Amino acid sequence: MSSREKILAAVKANKPELSVLPEVNIPVSYDGLIEKYTQVATGIGAKVYQVSSIAEVKSLLADSFDLSLRVVTSLDDFSDIAEKDIAGVGPHSLENVELAIIKAEIGVAENSALWIPEGNVQQRVVPFICQHLAVVVAKGQIVPTLHQAYDIIGSAEYGYGAFIAGPSKTADIEQSLVLGAHGPRSLSVFILG
Amino acid sequence: MDTKHSNTQTDHAGLSSIFNKDEKRVDWHDETLWFVRAKRDKAAHSLPEWELLRETASQIKHNVLSNLDTYLQQFEANAIANGITVHWAADAKEHNEIVHSILKKHNINRMVKSKSMLTEECHLNEYLKENGVEVIDTDLGERIVQLAEEPPSHIVLPCIHKKKEEIGDLFHVHLGTAAGESNPQILTEAARQHLRESFLTRRMSLTGVNFAVAETGEFVVCTNEGNADMGSHLADVHIACMGIEKLIPQRKHLSVFLRLLARSATGQPITTYSSHFKKPRPGQEMHIVLVDNGRTVQLGREDFRNSLKCIRCGACMNTCPVYRRSGGHSYHNAIAGPIGSILAPNLDMKQYADLPFASTLCGSCTNVCPVKIDIHDQLYKWRQVIVKEGYVSPVKAMGMKAMAFTFTHPKFFAFAGKAGRIFMKYFPFVVSNKLNPWYKEREMPEPPKESFREWYGKNRTKS
Repeated sequence: MSSREKILAAVKANKPELSVLPEVNIPVSYDGLIEKYTQVATGIGAKVYQVSSIAEVKSLLADSFDLSLRVVTSLDDFSDIAEKDIAGVGPHSLENVELAIIKAEIGVAENSALWIPEGNVQQRVVPFICQHLAVVVAKGQIVPTLHQAYDIIGSAEYGYGAFIAGPSKTADIEQSLVLGAHGPRSLSVFILG
Repeated sequence: MDTKHSNTQTDHAGLSSIFNKDEKRVDWHDETLWFVRAKRDKAAHSLPEWELLRETASQIKHNVLSNLDTYLQQFEANAIANGITVHWAADAKEHNEIVHSILKKHNINRMVKSKSMLTEECHLNEYLKENGVEVIDTDLGERIVQLAEEPPSHIVLPCIHKKKEEIGDLFHVHLGTAAGESNPQILTEAARQHLRESFLTRRMSLTGVNFAVAETGEFVVCTNEGNADMGSHLADVHIACMGIEKLIPQRKHLSVFLRLLARSATGQPITTYSSHFKKPRPGQEMHIVLVDNGRTVQLGREDFRNSLKCIRCGACMNTCPVYRRSGGHSYHNAIAGPIGSILAPNLDMKQYADLPFASTLCGSCTNVCPVKIDIHDQLYKWRQVIVKEGYVSPVKAMGMKAMAFTFTHPKFFAFAGKAGRIFMKYFPFVVSNKLNPWYKEREMPEPPKESFREWYGKNRTKS
C-alpha cells in the first residue's frame, strides 16, 4: 500500500463522527473605515495619504523618493515616472528596484492589509524585492474586516495573491522592532478618491 | 555541567535546572514573553467578536478532523489541477527522502528555507546536511539559532532565549559585523544583506504552510519578514511541506484563522505577509509534501485529537508560567511549551513522558488558545496514560501509589497529616533537603498546629 493509501485509510479509521461545518457569521461595523485603516496602518509602520488624484500621488512620491533610481510599476498612470515593461524580465533582474508602485484591489480597515493578486504586479517578487513599496487603493475598496475582503475575492481565479500589511519587519532580536527585514523598508499607502 | 544529577539532565526538570542557574536571565526571559502575552491580550480585547471567532475556528477545525480524508483528496485533486505536484509522506524519514529526491532530480545542493516547524519535527536540516545539501534558514530568528547550532526555542520567536550581545558575537564571527556590535537595527541590516545574496543565488526554496484550502488547492504562508516570498519567487523549485491537519475547507475560512493567528501570536492585527500560493509561476516547479508522522494516530486518540487543531501561534507558550521560567530547550522537542507537551507523547511516550508533568495545570494555555484546545485537560489526561503505561520513573510511581493509598484510607490520611506536621515542626530537614525534588526552589511553609478536620471536630461541637 502506498503512503497515500495508508494515510487515507488511517484517517478514515480514526476520525471522529462527522460534525457540521459552522457558518461564519461575525458581526461587523462600517463606522469610520478610513480613519480606522489609517490608524492601524500607521501603527504598524506604514505611511498613509488620502489623495484625490494620481498627480497628487506623483508629487508625494517625488518628495519622498529618489526617482532617478530604478522605479517600476504595473500601472499605466505612472509610466511617465516608472518602468512598466517588466513582465518578461527574469525576477532576479529586479534586485536593484528602489521603488515599486502597484495597485491593491482591497484594503482592510481592521488590520490595514492590502489585497494584491498576481495580476496587479506582473512579477510575484516585485512587492518583496523593492526597497520601498507604494500602493494605491480606491477609497471605496476599503472594507471593515477580512470577512468582507474574502467575500469580494470570492472564487476569483489567481495563481498567487497576498495580503500585505505594513513594511517588512522583524523583532527577532530581543523583541526590538526593526523595519526592513528582507522586503521593503517602507510602505506608502495612497487612498484615492 | 552539574554531574550530580546527571540521571535527570535530559528530562524537563534537569534541563530547566541548567536554564535556572542564571536567575537574571530567567527573569528577563519571563518578562519578555509576558510582554508578548500582554500584547496578545490587548489585541484580543479590542475585538468584541473575539470569543465568537475562537468558537467558529474551533468548530471549523473540528469539522476538518471529522472529514479529513475527504478534504485531503479534494485538496490533492485541486492542487494537481493547479499544476502542483503532491507527495504523501507517512513519516519523517519519508518526508526527508522526498525533499532530497526533488533536490537530486535538479542537481541542487544549496537551498533556502523559511520557517517550518514540520521540518524541525522531521530533522530535515540534519538529514540534508548528512547528504551534502546546504540549507540556509532565512527567518532572522531561525538563522540566528542555526548559526549558533541550536534548535529554535519557540515556534514563533525562535531565538527568544538569546541576548542581543550573543547575537552580535555570532554575527561578528559569521557575517563580519564589528566586534561588540549589538544594535538590533545594525545586526538586522547585516542579516538582510547576507540573506539577500542567498535569495538571489539559490534555485530551491522550501517553505512551511500555515493553511491549505481543500476547495481551491491553494496554501497560505504567513511571515513578517517576507522571507518565504523572497525565496519562493526567485527559486526555480518551491517545495511546501505541511502536516495533514493544516487543511481548512474553504477559502473564506481563511478570514477566521488569519484574524486569530497573529493577534494570538504577537498581538499584531495580521502578519505583514499572508501569501496565497495557488499555482507555480510560469516556468517554476511547485511541490507539496503532505506529512502524517503520527498525526493519524493522534486523530484516533479521542482525548487528544483536539491537539491537531493547533495553528502554531505560540500563545500557550507565552502565557505558560513554566515555559517562561524554564526556556524552550528544556522541552527537548521541536515544539516546546504546553502544546508541545501534548503533541510529543503521541510521537514517543517514553522519550517525552516527562513533558505532561512540566505544567502547573493552571489552565492559562487553554484560555488563550485561539482554537480552544483543552490543553491543560489533555496534560492531565496524558499523565494518567503515561503512569498507566508505566513510563514514569519508579520513584514517582511509588510516590503516586503512596498518595493514592493515603487519599483512599481516611484513618491513614489523618495519621499521615499529623505525622507530617510533627516532622515539619521538629525535623524539618526530613523534607527540606536536596533529595526531595519539591524542596528545590521552594520555601516550605510553617506547619499548622492542627488539621482542618481537627479544628472542625473541636469547633462544631462547641457551637
